[in-house]
Amino acid sequence: MLFSGLDFAVAGGTLLHVRGANGSGKTTLLRSLCGLFTPDSGEIRWNGESTRRLGEDYRRDLLYFGHLNGIKADLTGIENLRVAATLDGDRVDESAIWAALARIGLVGFEDLPTRMLSQGQKKRVALARLILSNAPLWVLDEPFTALDVGAVDLLETLIAEHVAHGGIVVLTTHQEVGLTSGQVERLHLGS
Amino acid sequence: MLRVFWCVLLRDLTLALRRRTDVLTTLFFFIIVVSLFPLGVGTERQILQILGPGVVWVAALLASMLALERLFAADYEDGTLEQMVLTAQPLSLLVLAKITAHWLLTGLPLVLIAPLVGMQYHLSDDAILIMMVALLLGTPVLSLIGAIGAALTLGLRGGGILLSLLILPLYIPVLVYGAGAVTASGIDMADTRPYLALLGAFLVAALTFAPLASSAALKISIE
Amino acid sequence: MASNWFRFAAPASFYPLAGRLIPVFWILTGVCLLVGLYWGFFQTPDQLGGSNAQKEYYRIIFIHVPAAWMSMWLYVVMVCWAAIGLVFNTRLSFMMANAVAPTGAIFTFLALWTGAFWGRPSWGTYWDWDPRLTTELILFFMYIGYIALHSAIDDTRRADRAAALLAIVGLVMVPLIFWSVNCPDPNQCAALHQRSNLTQIEGNILFSMLAVTFGFWMYSFATTLMRLRSIILTREADNTWVQELLVKGGRA
Repeated sequence: MLFSGLDFAVAGGTLLHVRGANGSGKTTLLRSLCGLFTPDSGEIRWNGESTRRLGEDYRRDLLYFGHLNGIKADLTGIENLRVAATLDGDRVDESAIWAALARIGLVGFEDLPTRMLSQGQKKRVALARLILSNAPLWVLDEPFTALDVGAVDLLETLIAEHVAHGGIVVLTTHQEVGLTSGQVERLHLGS
Repeated sequence: MLRVFWCVLLRDLTLALRRRTDVLTTLFFFIIVVSLFPLGVGTERQILQILGPGVVWVAALLASMLALERLFAADYEDGTLEQMVLTAQPLSLLVLAKITAHWLLTGLPLVLIAPLVGMQYHLSDDAILIMMVALLLGTPVLSLIGAIGAALTLGLRGGGILLSLLILPLYIPVLVYGAGAVTASGIDMADTRPYLALLGAFLVAALTFAPLASSAALKISIE
Repeated sequence: MASNWFRFAAPASFYPLAGRLIPVFWILTGVCLLVGLYWGFFQTPDQLGGSNAQKEYYRIIFIHVPAAWMSMWLYVVMVCWAAIGLVFNTRLSFMMANAVAPTGAIFTFLALWTGAFWGRPSWGTYWDWDPRLTTELILFFMYIGYIALHSAIDDTRRADRAAALLAIVGLVMVPLIFWSVNCPDPNQCAALHQRSNLTQIEGNILFSMLAVTFGFWMYSFATTLMRLRSIILTREADNTWVQELLVKGGRA
């Protein structure tokens, strides 16, 4: 049993910072929020309705960024983004993809399979999904690991923008995230 | 819906084309297994004609099963499978697209190489024709049923061996009627129609239920 | 009334209940098997069948048929528990499915083994690719597959659910496999096994066959519950009630 008796609600325009020691169940909590893990008991609601019942309607509003980058090493950055955008159900907007590539600083590398990129660059490709996404709920599990300084700044800006636009960010990280507007809530797991 | 199906299908085909050897290994495995049998049981024309249909089908079962292990494994390891589960698309549709790509890469080549193999076993033109039709109907069923096993054994140690233990018994109906059709063609071409009709029925049933079962299995395995 | 039933769905309250039931089932097993086998060996005719008479060796039927029946029935039982577990997410149902599987596999093996011994004098061979025999073999593979998949997955939760799904897929496929081996040529069908019809069986034979079946059934209950108790203990080892039980047991 990792955790029990957890009860919280998050409003729009909030950053929820989940903290806790290693093994306290941060990842499990985040995966439960996404529906990747079914808790033994309890319910997760989105806009007042059970996420299980909402199913696809909930997943449309959700973006999950896990320990794995979720990009194919044999596809180029732009191909990866195209597939991700199509699967999210969006019309693929080429100019938006190019804009996202420019923002993560990978223009010029778009023809290379991501396998040829550095660790940090791969992470940036994965981050580009945040730029392209329309989902109001972001669930980010340790997004700052393996990022270089520039990418950390970019991610912080992205999170701040998302919260400022009324989105929700749930994340685990060991560092503080500065916000321009909106509020930060903290949840501490474990004793 | 169709757009998403195409997107995943093309993605998997593109990935396979960038790793061409994976596709060719399955095909060559099939050819080698089929070519070894005459060396083991003797090259007498009549024996080969009797054994041919069964050998080709068993080799097809093994080849399609070997390839199955990779069906979801790569996507599981780099996290793209997780992302697929979390998209707003029905998972069974994405799974169906992946299975289709898998069949195009591993099943279809077997159908196309069948005439060559048939010649090795001195099969008549009729028998070869029926074998191609039977393989065309049967190999997708193998991919569809096998996908359930591939999803269940995702990421396990020794998953390949386990997969064969779980899935090979389920292949029996396809094996029986697939090989039976080719044998029947030696007697009367009209006799083969019930066999092919049954294989077609299996294909429809598998197309309906296997993607649902596979996506349920994937959700269980990913947790 | 309803709350009583749900009380036993919790492993903690089912554990002592199972403990009390096990001796009862063992006694019933002994009684039924003794009656059934005595009746089968001493109160039934020496010859069986009309045109192709089966001599004394037909008495294998008193083990063979009940074992084959139980092997199929237990698979259905296993799938039912597995399905209940998947739908209602109850821990005990998965444990139940898990506990049934080895007993089912044993009966399948018993049916195959006795079948081979019967086949030798009556068909002249230990093994024949008879549809029912072949399907029984496939059923054995299914049980083995279930057990193998379950033990290959370290995470109990995933193991339970994955094996349950496999069992359900198996249940759909077994009739199809039986049908395909029973009728390999859709233009015509044939089988070695005689068509069975319970109403044509002599009363004494039927009685002892049913008695042994009932004995096997009680045996399944007894072994399943014993296995279930050990599964419950292993899985709930961290819970307080198991710790208390251990302390009590140590003192006694």
